[in-house]
Amino acid sequence: MAKKKLLRNNYHQARWDEPIIFEMSVPGERGVLVPRACETITGQVGDGVSAIPAGLRRKKAPALPEVNQMRVNRHYYHLSQETLGTDVTLGISEGTCTMKYSPKIQEHMAARHPGIVNVHPLQDPETMQGMLEIYYKVEQFLKEISGMDAFSLQPGGGAHAVYGNASIIRAYHRARGDKNRTEIITTMFSHPCDAATPNTAGFKVITLMPDESGYPDLEAMKAALSNRTAGIMITNPEDTGIYNPRIEEYVKAAHAVGALCSYDQANANGMLGIHRAREADFDLVHFNLHKTFSAPHGCMGPATGAIGVKEFLQPYLPVPRVEFDGQKYTLNYNYPESIGKVRTYIGNANVVLKAYMWIMQLGAEGLKEAAICSVLNNQYFMKKIAAIPGVVIWYAKGKRRLEQVRYSWEKLKQDTGVGTDEVNKRIVDFGIEHYWTSHHPWVVPEPFTLEPCDSYNKEDLDEYVEALSQISKEAYENADFLKKAPHKAACHRPTHDAIDDPNLIAVTWRQYLKKKGKGRQ
Amino acid sequence: MKKLGVIINPVAGMGGRVGLKGSDGIEILNKAREMGARPESPQRAVEALKIIAGIKEQITVLAYPEEMGANECLKAGLSPEVIGNIKSGATSPEDTMEAARQMADREVDLILFAGGDGTARNIYTAIGSGIPVLGIPAGVKIHSAVYAINPRSAGEVARLYLQNQVLDLREAEVMDIDEEAFREGRVNARLYGYLKVPVERRVQSVKSGARSEQAEVEGMAADIINNMEADTIYIIGPGTTTRSIMDQLGLKNTLLGVDVVLNRELAANDVGEDQLFKLVDRHQGGSRIVVTAIGGQGHVFGRGNQQISPRVIRRVGKNNIIVAASRDKLVALQPHPLLVDTGDPDLDQELSGYVRVVTGWEDSIMYRVSNDAD
Repeated sequence: MAKKKLLRNNYHQARWDEPIIFEMSVPGERGVLVPRACETITGQVGDGVSAIPAGLRRKKAPALPEVNQMRVNRHYYHLSQETLGTDVTLGISEGTCTMKYSPKIQEHMAARHPGIVNVHPLQDPETMQGMLEIYYKVEQFLKEISGMDAFSLQPGGGAHAVYGNASIIRAYHRARGDKNRTEIITTMFSHPCDAATPNTAGFKVITLMPDESGYPDLEAMKAALSNRTAGIMITNPEDTGIYNPRIEEYVKAAHAVGALCSYDQANANGMLGIHRAREADFDLVHFNLHKTFSAPHGCMGPATGAIGVKEFLQPYLPVPRVEFDGQKYTLNYNYPESIGKVRTYIGNANVVLKAYMWIMQLGAEGLKEAAICSVLNNQYFMKKIAAIPGVVIWYAKGKRRLEQVRYSWEKLKQDTGVGTDEVNKRIVDFGIEHYWTSHHPWVVPEPFTLEPCDSYNKEDLDEYVEALSQISKEAYENADFLKKAPHKAACHRPTHDAIDDPNLIAVTWRQYLKKKGKGRQ
Repeated sequence: MKKLGVIINPVAGMGGRVGLKGSDGIEILNKAREMGARPESPQRAVEALKIIAGIKEQITVLAYPEEMGANECLKAGLSPEVIGNIKSGATSPEDTMEAARQMADREVDLILFAGGDGTARNIYTAIGSGIPVLGIPAGVKIHSAVYAINPRSAGEVARLYLQNQVLDLREAEVMDIDEEAFREGRVNARLYGYLKVPVERRVQSVKSGARSEQAEVEGMAADIINNMEADTIYIIGPGTTTRSIMDQLGLKNTLLGVDVVLNRELAANDVGEDQLFKLVDRHQGGSRIVVTAIGGQGHVFGRGNQQISPRVIRRVGKNNIIVAASRDKLVALQPHPLLVDTGDPDLDQELSGYVRVVTGWEDSIMYRVSNDAD
């Protein structure tokens, strides 16, 4: 049988040369003409404007673009064709992000089911028992999955949850009158929010470098621990994908000096039903419902970072807590030691709903199978990727990775001058989105991080491998071709300089005009 | 059109392969030749220049004659404008210096040079730090931080810089050791100054939130100042990292020397070893040493800051040493440890282990310190 063609050699993205919508403005053009109110109405409420206090009324109409409906519609369709969104490409690229497929029925329910979309968070809890039941049940599921004793689904993202955990650690030590615990220890390959959020919460942060095997340096951690250590915030497996089998030793060492241990399980895709924070004796944990639990992840939200704690930390969880007395679901604000409210209302209910649906669709066995699939996919994938000329894998030679791998084009760069940036610019020519390189700083040189989670089949994995093999071949044969890539994408080599320059960066049209010297509009 | 200057020290690296630990001085050179040494720099320079040849239409190239650049440029496929005069087969450090001067006069945008620590020092002596430079590593001794990791990388960074794709310049240490002492087994490295070197910026996506190195260093300096204790002597070692502490305090700084701060005021500038020891020894209160990693190999003690001698370190105490460095610097050092080579093996042993390196405002990294470069 002839080999099935997988690589999209003839892919070509649309390039619409699309203007900014403000540039499309035609004075007087409108999308919808709203009819004037009839006299019966104006007789009752006046003109609808004079009731607003004069100080709050605009003197000039807002400078919105004036574009008719058809042109607006066309504009956004053009823009959508110039992107590579999750539904049209292989999310394998986004290592650490767990871009699994999220069944469309979840989106349908969250966006259309009247029992969901008609609920307002300010309703009396007695009138939204269904939504609270979903919250309560998701908490019970997460307790079982992690082994922890209580959860909060309030935080609106992963880093938000880690900030929540740092706040709980602070509250715990303060409540005990232990004011000297000002330090948090984290690791270089944990997510940067494990350093940044405790820092924001007022802690001094100490970071551990990896040792030669790629694990956080345990001896360095022992040297850093003291009666000033408030806690450790650590990921496992870290960004490298290497599972740390000695994780209990880190926890033990931290507990021995009176510090708390917080487990960043934002990405727990390889762990479901296999490994629990409880058994490793962690005191706090967090899950990203928008990664592992198919909420889905992308576009900066909406998201939910679920915080789980052991019994003794329960009083500090955010409020309100969703509780059930056997008859009724309630919102309980009465936790005087709580770190307080961390999000408006009860958090992102639609995300919690999607996680609930995903867990219910799979059941306990299905969750475990998802974890096994994600790890199995990664073993197959890693073996194929490692065989591509120019690829190297740092640390822990010969050892398996769990659900993702931080690879390196170090050898390709040495051999051909083509590094990870060039490969990344070329990969879009095959209809595959840019891959995730690495968090800062690049400890592993020329990095790329791939995660073929549970949703992808063998053909998807093979297509990805073929794309990278093709690019490696091109690098060895014609490096200059790659240095000019992409060749078939909507957008070619935009520069990033403006991001670092406050005089250049403009995130609104008004700023753009101002900084370009075209005056205010 | 960007202008590139090419200078090659044609004898760099000759002493290395035959175990002579350097190639400075005519006698040593002749000895090396007798022992069958061949220069390393021409071939390494060609390797780097070949990459630049890929953009030859976009730049003009100035080279010093024959084996000091012109030959290698031609071999790599570049057509340089040749300037200056040399006596082929008998070139000297004076030629390197003259070449740098002439290229500075011609206002080149970048000088790409091949050599070792001596070559870097010659260029620094001739033209100071006005013009960006980049070294192709070819010498026996590479303590200076002005060199790329390898010739290919030197070519790539130079190419990107000439195409305006690398905009970041870093001040990198120019260091040189006393070769005679080195041959007798002693390392006596001095910090001579700083040259501006383009650094390839690794483009980060917005998600990573990369901070600029400068911002990190400023945060680090603010953190150290914030924790300064009253009536305590602060010995501020040389380097650009520690300079930021003095800058923030508004105090006069000695970039290449050691300054002393007490109660956030200047106690002494550019002190020698003896003066430093007396200051610490006679002081009633506590004392601290603030140092950074110096040079390409990450020396905390023993390179460029020998004023902070073993007896000074012992008097201050191991627990009172503050090491400061940017995250980028530590990551670039990976997987090698920070080094100590104070000249006192027992002290080096005591200083080995883990140190908490201040990397930013309330931010630090645990890093390994070793007394053994391997």
